[in-house]
Amino acid sequence: MNVLLAFIQGAIGQGITILFGATGEIVTEKSGNLNLGIPGIMYMGGIAGLMGAFFYEKGTASPSPAMGLLVSMLTCLAASFLGGLIYSVLTVTLRANQNVVGLALTTFGTGFANFFGGSISKIAGGVGQISVASTASAYRAKIPVLSGIPFVGKILFNYGILTYLAIIISVIVTLVILRTRTGLHLVAVGESPATADAAGINVNRYKYVATLCGSMIAGLGGLYFVMDYLGGTWSNNGFGDRGWLAVALVILALWNPANAIWGALLFGALYILYIYIPGLSRANQELVKMLPYLVTIIVLVLTSKRNKPENQPPASLGLSYFREER
Amino acid sequence: MAQEYAIELKNVTKRFGEKVIANDNVSLNLRKGEILAILGENGSGKTTLMNMLSGIYFPDEGQIIVNGQEALIRSPKDAFDLKIGMIHQHFKLIEIMTAAQNIILGLKGPNHLDMKAIRASIEELTNRYGFDLEPDRKIYTMSVSQKQTVEIVKVLYRGADILILDEPTAVLTPQETEKLFDVLRNMKKAGKSIIIITHKLNEVLEISDRVSVLRKGRYIGTVDTCDATAESLTEMMVGEKVTLDIDRTEPVDVRPCLEVKGLNVKSADGTRNVLSDITFTANTGEILGIAGISGNGQKELLESIARLQEMESGEIKFYPEPGSCITLEDKKADEVLQMGIRMAFVPEDRLGMGLVASMDITDNMMLRSYNKGDNPVFTDRKTPRELAQRVVDKLEVVTPGLTTPVRRLSGGNVQKVLVGREIASGPKVLMVAYPVRGLDINSSYAIYNLLNDQKKKGSAVLCVGEDLDVLLDLCDRILVLAGGRISGIVDARTSTKEELGILMTGGKEEA
Repeated sequence: MNVLLAFIQGAIGQGITILFGATGEIVTEKSGNLNLGIPGIMYMGGIAGLMGAFFYEKGTASPSPAMGLLVSMLTCLAASFLGGLIYSVLTVTLRANQNVVGLALTTFGTGFANFFGGSISKIAGGVGQISVASTASAYRAKIPVLSGIPFVGKILFNYGILTYLAIIISVIVTLVILRTRTGLHLVAVGESPATADAAGINVNRYKYVATLCGSMIAGLGGLYFVMDYLGGTWSNNGFGDRGWLAVALVILALWNPANAIWGALLFGALYILYIYIPGLSRANQELVKMLPYLVTIIVLVLTSKRNKPENQPPASLGLSYFREER
Repeated sequence: MAQEYAIELKNVTKRFGEKVIANDNVSLNLRKGEILAILGENGSGKTTLMNMLSGIYFPDEGQIIVNGQEALIRSPKDAFDLKIGMIHQHFKLIEIMTAAQNIILGLKGPNHLDMKAIRASIEELTNRYGFDLEPDRKIYTMSVSQKQTVEIVKVLYRGADILILDEPTAVLTPQETEKLFDVLRNMKKAGKSIIIITHKLNEVLEISDRVSVLRKGRYIGTVDTCDATAESLTEMMVGEKVTLDIDRTEPVDVRPCLEVKGLNVKSADGTRNVLSDITFTANTGEILGIAGISGNGQKELLESIARLQEMESGEIKFYPEPGSCITLEDKKADEVLQMGIRMAFVPEDRLGMGLVASMDITDNMMLRSYNKGDNPVFTDRKTPRELAQRVVDKLEVVTPGLTTPVRRLSGGNVQKVLVGREIASGPKVLMVAYPVRGLDINSSYAIYNLLNDQKKKGSAVLCVGEDLDVLLDLCDRILVLAGGRISGIVDARTSTKEELGILMTGGKEEA
C-alpha cells in the first residue's frame, strides 16, 4: 500500500512539470507555431523563479513565504515571457524557420539557466548551497485538514499549489479552445491563416498572444521543478529531458489539454517506473526510461492510421504566414 | 427616387508593375436587384476587377461608387462594411470545423459561443433562400457544391447585399448548377444584387439579366441578355468571329489499343477504393472522353495506365500493332513511357505535375529525353532545344526565350508547353487531363485541333475534361466516372449533357 502511494505521488510529482510544458506547447501549436524552444523556456522560467526568490530572501532579514512566492512567480513569468517573445519576433514578425529558432532557443535557455545557476551557487557559497527555504515552503504547503485524510487525502490533497494550478490551467485552456470565440479563432489561425485573415482575424496578434501565454504556462513547469520538486535549490542540467517529454506529450494528447492531464500522469509513472521494478541492471533501467517515448510513437502510429482530421496537428503547424504570398 | 445602381465603377485602372495592365479604364454598373454576368476569357481581368470590389486589390485610378456614395475599399473588412461579399473560386474554409463554425468565423460577439442560437439563425437564413445545409457537418466530409453553399451562406450571414461569385459553376455538375441558379434567383427576388463571373456562355444566357464583356483588361460593352446570342457574345469576348465548331471526323481504322479490365485502386491511406472494377477499351483513331466531378478517380485511372499508381488488382493490355499484345500491369513507368504511352495531366496549379517550375522550357523538354543521346556522360541538349523551339513556334507560346523558367510564363503558356511536349513524341496512346484548363478560346481550340490530329494519325486519345459541352463536341465516346466506378460509357454524338450529369452523380437523379 505504501509503495503504491509513493508511486502515485512520485508519478504526479514528475507529471506536473510535463503537464505545464505540454499545456503551454498546445496553446502555442494551436496558433500554428511549433515552439521547440519550450524545453529552454522551462529552464529559463525555473532559474528566473529561483533567482527571484534567492535575492529576495538574501535581501530581507525575515523573508515572508507569501512574498517569496509572489516574487519568484513574477520573475519566472517574466523570463518565460521573454523567451516566448524572442521566438515570436523571430518566427512571426521576421518569419524565420520555426524549427531552427526553437532548437536555438532551447540551447540558449539551457545555457542561460546553467550560467545563472552557477553564478548564484557561487554567491551562495558553493554547489548545492542555494537554499530558498521559506519560499519553497510556501510552494510545498499542502492543503490543511484534507491532506490528513488517510490514503484518499494522501493521493488527492497532499500537493503544493502549483500542482492544482497545472490542472486548473489545463481545464481552462480546454474550455477556451472548445467553447469560446477566442478559441475558435485561435484554431482557425493554426489551421489556415489565410482563411482566418480573410475572415478579419488578426493572425499575427493571435500567434503572438498564444505563443507568449504558452511560454508563460510552460515556464511555470520549470518553477514547479525547482521549487516544489527540488525544494528550492539548483543542480546544473538537473531538469533533464522533461522539456522534450512535454513536447512529446502534446502529440500523445492529440492537441487537447484535457488529455494531457492523463498523459502527464502516465508519462510521470513511466518516468519513475524503473525505481519500482526490483533488480534492474543499469542498462535495463535506461530501457525502461524509454517507455514514454515508445508510447508516443505507438500513439502516433495509431492516430495516423485512423487518420481522423480532428486528431491531426494544426494544418499550418510550422509554417509562417505572409499575406502577399497567396 | 431610390438609387438605381448598387455599384458603379468609373474609369477604373489597375496595373501590376510597369507593363501589365490588368484593367484599363473600365466603367460598368450593377443595378439593384439584378444578376449581372461578367464575361471574358482567362486573363481578361474579370477577377482582378472584382478583387478591387472585395478589398483585395486597390485601384490605381478611377472611382468606385457604392449605393450612390463614393467608396474607398482598402481591405476585405471595408467591403463587408459596404455589404459586399465575394465567393472566391478557391474556398476559404477550415476543413476540421463545422459549417456553422466557419460561418461565424471572425465575427464579433459574446466570447462564449452559444451554438444553439447560432444554428437557429443560420437555419432561418438557409430556409429563406432554399439552401440545403447541415450546420453541424464538418467541412471535410462535404462535397464541393456543399462547401460552396457554406461560402455563400457565410457571406449572407454577414449581411451582404451585393454578392460576387467568381466562376461558381466550374466545379459543379449540371444538376448542382441548376440548384445554385435557383438559389441565386431566390436571392434576386429578395432584392440582392449579384455579379457572376464566368466564361461559360450558356450559363450567362440562362441566369443573367445583363452581360458586361471584358477583353484583355478593357471594357467592351454591356448588353441585355435577352438581346444576346452565344455568337454575338463570343464575338465581343474574342474580338473577331470565331467558329465554335470542333471539326470532328469519323474515326477510321478503329481497333482496340488499350484494354483495362477489373482495375481496382486503393486510396493512399488504404481505407477505401478510389477506383473499383474499371473495365473499358480505348480504340485507335478515337477520342475517348472521361467525364466526372473532379476527384472521382480520373487522376488515379490515368496514373494506373501510366504505371505511376499502385494498383490493387486488374489487367491493363496494350496492343501496339494488330495482333501483338503487351500486358502493362507488371511494367514500370519508364518502360510504359518507352512504348509510346504518354500522359499530360494539367493539375489545378498547372505546375504540380509534369513540369519543373524553376527550369526553362528546354530543360523541361529534357525531362523526357535526359537518358537519350550518344554521349554516355553528358546529356544531349541540342535535340530538346530544337523541340522546345518547335513547340513554341507551333503553339504560339508567349515567352521571352527558351531559357526563361516556366514559372514566369502565364498559365496558358505553361500548359501549351506541357501538352506540346507530350504530343511532340508522337505517342500511340495520349492521355490528357484538363488540357484547356485556364486557356482562352483560341488556345483551347488550338489544343482541340492537336488532339484531333493525334486521332487522325491513329493514336488512342483519352481526354479527361470538365466542360461537358466540349467533351460532347470533341470526343467519340465518353466514359463517366462516379465515385471511382464507371457509371456509363455513352456515344458522344447522341448523348446529352443532362444524361452525362445524371451519370456523374452516380446514375441517380438527385433528390
